[in-house]
Amino acid sequence: MLNWLWAGMIGVAIIVAGITGRFGDVTNAAITSSKDAVELCVTMLGVMSMWMGLMRVAEKSGLISALSRKMAPALRYLFPDLPRSSKAFHYISTNIIANVLGLGWAATPAGLKAMEEMQKLNPDKKTATKSMCMFMIINMSSLQLVTMNLVAYRLQYNSSNPSEIIGPGILATLVSTAAAVAFAKLWERGD
Amino acid sequence: MFVIILGYAAIKKVNMYDNFVEGATEGFSTILRIMPTLIGLMVAVGTLRASGALELFVGLISPFMKAIGFPEEAVPLSLMRLISSSAATGLLLDIFKTHGPDSFLGRFVSVMMSCTETVFYTMSVYFLSVKITKTRYTLAGALFANFAGIIASLLITRSIF
Repeated sequence: MLNWLWAGMIGVAIIVAGITGRFGDVTNAAITSSKDAVELCVTMLGVMSMWMGLMRVAEKSGLISALSRKMAPALRYLFPDLPRSSKAFHYISTNIIANVLGLGWAATPAGLKAMEEMQKLNPDKKTATKSMCMFMIINMSSLQLVTMNLVAYRLQYNSSNPSEIIGPGILATLVSTAAAVAFAKLWERGD
Repeated sequence: MFVIILGYAAIKKVNMYDNFVEGATEGFSTILRIMPTLIGLMVAVGTLRASGALELFVGLISPFMKAIGFPEEAVPLSLMRLISSSAATGLLLDIFKTHGPDSFLGRFVSVMMSCTETVFYTMSVYFLSVKITKTRYTLAGALFANFAGIIASLLITRSIF
């Protein structure tokens, strides 16, 4: 799937560049993008290592297990395939909480750890499990309820009430997340 | 967040610095593992944007979107939101600049931005970090959820403001 998507994107880019005559731009974009990716990784090296470090502290102090115990009933409904003792639950809780608070930098390391734990239980290492699909779909449905950066952008452009979009935003986020859960639940039954 | 984590650890008398360094080391290797993925992804997105394929696609679907009552100006942003966060932010600020954040369009895109996610980026990084290639119904589900979010934003913005 991802292979096709990737090849498809590049393929379309090359074909369209042929039509629009923008081959030079496309070549430049390929080079600049790879440079940008490395720059992004360097930034991430700092920020994500910091969050992973803090996460480990939170894990060792028992804070994460305390939080994931609170979320256990909901998580067991969403991920019935995972054994109760799985550490994936801890990381999934952390990822969800960080996402809700709008801390994307903290969410990603926890999410990657969750995938790692779920992969350990996966009999077929190339194919996603139901739990992984559920986790990814929920994750990409946007869980963020605190959208401070948006409020800041609106303020910057002289909005008379920059925070008025928070309530409607939360409502729309609930819709997209509900749609995600419904879709994943229906599909895993049919599979 | 900092205060809560460190405060809780202090109460529980955990070796904070040792554990921090241990976790940070792991974070370091995680980034190095996803770096090639990210390079590949960003090259694909970069070339696609430079080729003008997205504008072409937007041009194709715009009349249809307009016909169903979807604001035409928000089509490029809705599409870009799924692919690249920084490019989407650029388009968002563009809309704020030309239409103002308090216009219908400005409010609609604000709400939409808060309930959608960069699907392709997230999916590539998470799945490729554990080397999974068969992602089954994940992409369909994510697109469905984002689509539902966009429609909900439109309806909510219409009825509230």
